[in-house]
Amino acid sequence: MSAYLKLDHIGKSFQRSGTTSEVLRDIRLTIGKGEFVSIIGHSGCGKSTLLNLVAGLTCVTTGAVILENREVNSPGPDRAVVFQNHSLLPWLTVYENVNLAVSKVFAGSKTKAERNEWIMENLNLVQMAHAKDKLPGEISGGMKQRVGCARGVEMERKLVLLAAPFGALGALTRAHLQDQMMETHTRLGNTIIMIPHDVDEAVLLSDRIVMMTNGPAATIGEVLEVPLERPRNRIQLAGDRIYLKSREAVLKFLYERHRFVEAAE
Amino acid sequence: MSASAAKNDVVVPGPFKQPASKVVPLAVQSKKFNYRAMAASVAQTIVPPLVVLVILLVIWQVACSNPSSSLPPPSEVWAQSKDLIVNPFYVNGDQDIGLGWRVLVSLERVAYGFGLAAIVGVLVGAIIGQSVWAMRGLDPIFQVLRTVPPLAWLPLSLAAFLDSRPSAIFVIFITSIWPIIINTAVGIRNIPQDYRNVAQVLRLNPIEFFYKIMVPAAAPYIFSGLKIGVGLSWLAIVAAEMLTGGVGIGFFIWDAWNSSRLTDIIVALVYIGTVGFVLDKLVTLLGAVITRGTASN
Repeated sequence: MSAYLKLDHIGKSFQRSGTTSEVLRDIRLTIGKGEFVSIIGHSGCGKSTLLNLVAGLTCVTTGAVILENREVNSPGPDRAVVFQNHSLLPWLTVYENVNLAVSKVFAGSKTKAERNEWIMENLNLVQMAHAKDKLPGEISGGMKQRVGCARGVEMERKLVLLAAPFGALGALTRAHLQDQMMETHTRLGNTIIMIPHDVDEAVLLSDRIVMMTNGPAATIGEVLEVPLERPRNRIQLAGDRIYLKSREAVLKFLYERHRFVEAAE
Repeated sequence: MSASAAKNDVVVPGPFKQPASKVVPLAVQSKKFNYRAMAASVAQTIVPPLVVLVILLVIWQVACSNPSSSLPPPSEVWAQSKDLIVNPFYVNGDQDIGLGWRVLVSLERVAYGFGLAAIVGVLVGAIIGQSVWAMRGLDPIFQVLRTVPPLAWLPLSLAAFLDSRPSAIFVIFITSIWPIIINTAVGIRNIPQDYRNVAQVLRLNPIEFFYKIMVPAAAPYIFSGLKIGVGLSWLAIVAAEMLTGGVGIGFFIWDAWNSSRLTDIIVALVYIGTVGFVLDKLVTLLGAVITRGTASN
């Protein structure tokens, strides 16, 4: 496994009006090309911060994010981000929101007609084609998130960062998009780092699950390999021994060894 | 027509009746209802001010009908300045033109001054909103300058431009630019981090960021600045024209005062108020169209 992305002793602290709060401490992780990695941990453990660091939206305090032997300190065309809160621009229609990303990424490589086709295909994928001329304010939260996923030109880039992309979706839509994502991942062989919505999603999708300890100063507690063959089928896996064992391991980590203690804040 | 329709209803059985009775009457009914509701809402907004206006005119008439009163009653305004009221666009020579023309001359100056202020104000506001230090350094200065009354700028600008027309335009510019700058800067500072992240991830360049993210995101703020600005420029032009002369509506008032035509002044005041009201509504309307979506979110 070649080191595609290396998180080298990363630490991150935020300073606000004189007080320093340490969010992440000494994160060490190597991710190979084409790997699907999930980051899991209790609320407030710095998962999103870690993802923002890899995206280049914030900078590390100590250590370095190294992508293909280059240090990351700003967003790049090789990385795509699907935000947790969908972040659609409210003054653009659904179509225009997707188009903003698509026309930027495919500026040189696709004609206008091809881009239009691409957008409609992806809107169809998330079953949002019928609402293409609606403004984000006119559609529901789950629909916004689906558009956020469709904006994932994202899906075709080399490194895709997903912050709970399927959180607000109904179970059926979520399953549909998860399958779609596995298919894209297999086809393109890109590297994906995801903050999953729940344990099942993590085990179903990931090659490895990175489990974080509780904050402040959270770090990686354990990394779990999920040695399941691909392509994976959710129905067959439901009774699979490895699947159940992996699931149990994650649950044990989260709810036995690193129980979320609110008073710790 | 309705008789035959009624006949149809009676004679023709189920399948034929269904589309007719389902589609057509429903649409007509809902439309009728809409018209009625619209008429009601129009009446609700128009009737009360009209009633108040009539009451005020009556009070004014009664109060000023005494021959010794120093101000003319409405009936005298109508009698003496009828041509000004009835025909806004007459031309009887170089200096004797209808109030409509005078308003247009003033509006042209406002268009130059305010247009310039809008462009410069939004650009400067955008720069200041982006930089904490520019904000800290310039904000106090702007807060002081914006309290300077419009006419206080006039002598300086006359000295600088040596001509009344650019001076008047400059006064409008300098009066209306402050609320535009300040509101734009605040709007830019309040752009949610989410939108900035989107811009960063999509790698928008500064120009794309300006017109795709900054301007629409800050549009509600920008338009409240423009609304204050357009009101101020209309105030400023009337005052400035009183001193600089020309054919604008402001100078008309001053001229009427010098020749003791009080009724003309009253008519001009109504014009000024109406135009100011319309300007305000226009900017509001433009803002509502442009900020579709943004404001509601």
